[in-house]
Amino acid sequence: MSEQPATPTWPRGIYDGLRANSVRQVAYVPDAGHSELIKLCQATEQMSTISLTTEEEGIAMLAGAWLGGERGVLLMQSSGVGNCVNLFSMVQECRFPLLMLVTMRGQWGEFNPWQVWMGSSTRTILEQCGVLCFDVDEPQRVVETVASASDLVFNAYRSAAVLIGQRVLGSKNFLK
Amino acid sequence: MATEGGTKREIVLNRREVVARVLRDRGDALVVPGLGAPTWDATAAGDHPLTFAMWGAMGGTAMIALGLALAQRQRRVIALPGDGDLLMGIGSLATIGTQGPPNLVVAVIDNERYGETGMQETHTARGVDLEGIARASGFRKTASVYTMQELEAAMPLVYEAPGPVFIGIKVTTDPVPNVLPPRDGAWLKHRFRQALLGDKAFE
Repeated sequence: MSEQPATPTWPRGIYDGLRANSVRQVAYVPDAGHSELIKLCQATEQMSTISLTTEEEGIAMLAGAWLGGERGVLLMQSSGVGNCVNLFSMVQECRFPLLMLVTMRGQWGEFNPWQVWMGSSTRTILEQCGVLCFDVDEPQRVVETVASASDLVFNAYRSAAVLIGQRVLGSKNFLK
Repeated sequence: MATEGGTKREIVLNRREVVARVLRDRGDALVVPGLGAPTWDATAAGDHPLTFAMWGAMGGTAMIALGLALAQRQRRVIALPGDGDLLMGIGSLATIGTQGPPNLVVAVIDNERYGETGMQETHTARGVDLEGIARASGFRKTASVYTMQELEAAMPLVYEAPGPVFIGIKVTTDPVPNVLPPRDGAWLKHRFRQALLGDKAFE
């Protein structure tokens, strides 16, 4: 690991922001970068945490949540974005608000060549599917970026993804 | 059970009669029919603001119903996917099993075919047992239905039993006329939310 303080404070900041925004359903396919946030969400009774078998389940589930009057968020790694593509057509056709927090692989210091293709096309794919993207590469800007994306999603009824860069998360290297 | 004494049971049920029977008792239940034939079936039974008619999002029907069931825990939520739809999102049975929502029912309208694309066989025609998968995934109550009598016997599971409930309903491939709901997705969403949430839908 590199480029990362021992205990990042932004997961708690994201959690507080989600709580303040009345987000109730937290769907995820785990990623190391989201592990602290997932634990925080699991620990509160005000949130349902839903572990998925594939990220596209989360797109459908959050559409159902909105139909039922609840707000949700989908946590995933960049590789999961590709799994969601067809269901984005429902999100756009029905104009479902959709908040996604995507931890990036395949960029800053990536050691696994199999991650690079999806990581480097994540933003393009999301934008092609009508999802607004917000990059964040500095730990101190994560919380405000998630908060502003979240306001946009739930107040302006749009789909948005915050792409949390590998520079923030620290790169993984099993070779060391 | 899909087989009795190794013999495949005869499929006789008409999909329109099945869906009409299930929805006849819907009360204040929320209904999510899957794209294609189940949506036409639900529409033939009566277009309804609390039916979220699907024109796409194959594989997503059961998960939309899960999100709805978690948001509306006092309401019965009924997903009506086709077999192709459910097979595409087969992992959602495992996800629903782990969540265990007591108010969620997944009733698959299984004609063992991809109906909109030329009636090609799905895996259920080749012996895949969706009820078995649901049971092994942790659904609390499951049933397979081949006759109207068995459907009547399953109705308490649809509307009363603690869920998650899974019902596999085998229907024939006999042609039925298309009965189409409104197509505009945003409008269907707003109609559903307004009927369910009132003015809060537009806050």
